[in-house]
Amino acid sequence: MADLFTIPVLLGILYSGIRLATPYLYASIGETFAQVSGVLNLGVEGMMLMGAFAGFFVAMKTESLALGLLAAALTGMLMGLLMAVVSVTLQAEQGISGIGLALFGLGLSSLLFKRTMGGVESISGFAPVKIPLLGDIPYLGDALFNHSLVVYGAFLLVPVAAFVLNKTTLGLKIRAAGQNPEAADSLGVSVNRIRYFTVCLGGMLAGIGGASLSIALINLFQENMTNGIGYIAVALVYFGGWRPSGVLAGALLFSFVNALQLWIQVKGINLPSDVAIMLPYILTILALAFAVRRARQPAALTKPFERGEN
Amino acid sequence: MKRTLLRLGLLFVLLSLAVTACAPAATPAASTPAVVEVTRIVAGTPVVEEVVVTATSPAATEVPALRVAVVFPSTITDAAFSQSMYEGLLKVQQEMGEDKFEIAYSENMFNVPDAAAALRDYASQGFDLVIAHGSQYGTSVAQIAPEFPEISFAWGTSLDTFQAQGIENVFAYQAEAQQGGYVLGTVAALMSESGVLGVSGPVEAGDAKLYVDGFKVGALAAKPGVKVNVSYTGSFSDVSLMAAAAETHIQAGADMLTGSSQSVVGAIGVAKDKGAFWLGTQWDQTSLAPEAVLASQVYDWTGIINDMIAAHQAGVMGGKSYTLTFKNGGLVIQYNDGIDIPADVKAAADAAIAGINDGTINPLKPAE
Repeated sequence: MADLFTIPVLLGILYSGIRLATPYLYASIGETFAQVSGVLNLGVEGMMLMGAFAGFFVAMKTESLALGLLAAALTGMLMGLLMAVVSVTLQAEQGISGIGLALFGLGLSSLLFKRTMGGVESISGFAPVKIPLLGDIPYLGDALFNHSLVVYGAFLLVPVAAFVLNKTTLGLKIRAAGQNPEAADSLGVSVNRIRYFTVCLGGMLAGIGGASLSIALINLFQENMTNGIGYIAVALVYFGGWRPSGVLAGALLFSFVNALQLWIQVKGINLPSDVAIMLPYILTILALAFAVRRARQPAALTKPFERGEN
Repeated sequence: MKRTLLRLGLLFVLLSLAVTACAPAATPAASTPAVVEVTRIVAGTPVVEEVVVTATSPAATEVPALRVAVVFPSTITDAAFSQSMYEGLLKVQQEMGEDKFEIAYSENMFNVPDAAAALRDYASQGFDLVIAHGSQYGTSVAQIAPEFPEISFAWGTSLDTFQAQGIENVFAYQAEAQQGGYVLGTVAALMSESGVLGVSGPVEAGDAKLYVDGFKVGALAAKPGVKVNVSYTGSFSDVSLMAAAAETHIQAGADMLTGSSQSVVGAIGVAKDKGAFWLGTQWDQTSLAPEAVLASQVYDWTGIINDMIAAHQAGVMGGKSYTLTFKNGGLVIQYNDGIDIPADVKAAADAAIAGINDGTINPLKPAE
């Protein structure tokens, strides 16, 4: 055990944990916006896969990572628009339409992959950028401040999202749409327009989250490469109590424990691999059961809003 | 109004399910209710029998095409287990002629109930040989095979043909993955400068465990002081965690990495980026990173496929089990010609293969 808690191992956990947390952060922060405005979007997984594919394909064809990222954002946004049409305008049951969208994204991204590429190829993704001064801190510099811009972006997103949700008029409108849409409506807030905005924003961030895998962290596309990240991202929003800071805490806990369990195995510590693999899930469930208060759940979550019928 | 809209919404869901089903590959997440099943016919134009009625020459008796169906747990482009079988079938098809050999397959059938439905479907469509390419399909094969005695089934990796249960139409196959593991472990240990090797497996069972265990034994036999770190991700498809595992191994000092399953593409990318070398298994993985892949253990199933076909045509519907070994040519070490591997390393690998073939080396028994 003493072998495990050495400086290089702890720094390794820090480094890997930050990378692992990146796609979760994009997807979960996007989902936070949607849920705070009252829309449960279960289609995140499909949006991520479409973003991962679009980002990779465009980056490969144009040899521009920036264009790839843009394509992923736009594709995610279109998927979000689709979700908004179905769940906001057509008022379909959000849980069901979300799963439909997740399957749609899985199938379509696989189909496009087969038709355009056919096999796994790789590209050079976003390179690490060392932050001046901070990157020179002994030990910690490399683990914390030597990542790609896409990774920094994920962490910067957290305070930005918290600011928008809590300190701006837009944030107030978003929260009102999710807490009490009738009251918001009577005060002149267009509830459905707000929800369109948040679901599209959520889709865009999910798309970028998918692309963070395909053009920044792993630098290839494989069918179903998100492998459930989109669903865990939805769970992290509940875990985080609908606050960006809570989502950050959840994403970091899950990712650090995942990085830790890999080290437990690599260091040959006598723990069955199956138990090690379960650790992040067990800890997340425990934290969810004992530490998270559900009081902040938006009152109108999953409830479609229709003007004048109430 | 509201009801119409709700219906429209549900219609959309159904539509998206339909699109998913049309895609050549789709894995429903475990929590989703949809049964997604994909079937594609690769080749094999239907044989049009031209019956020419003349007084002098009798109608040509054409041999009907042999029809083979396969259920794959991943995709035919996975650079691993499924691809090896698919390419083996293609090779047999080339030898026999496209009109004599028809291949149909379903990919991404990781969900066993879906796979069982596909197997039954193929059997009732009258395919001659139905292959369930995954050890998780065993119980389904044992259930379905007795209902279709005129059809041959095959499954792997396993050696159990269910003859003990009175079933006569099932073949079984497996790869002695530890043999190639031993040889690649030898190569890795001799080529490593840091003396640390990193192994990232998917699940600690079956083919993957055999490979990992053989790799470890081979590495330690070649260079007793070498350190072999082993980790598992618990999934055959988690590319992201596999990449993180490879990163962890490199941070722990490894300069030679290996692993198995289709999720290793993530780890191979990490090896390439960080300047480590990769040793592949199940299929030649050189094309994924020509600058990083030293060598791969390749599964060549053609011999087994040919034998099963010959048996089937001779009326033997099952009951035989096969293994891929170096000796029978089912296992091949494919070096990457683009990377210079010292002659003495290759000689040590050849010696290991010879030792395994003549029985002086047991790839699963650690050296004293």
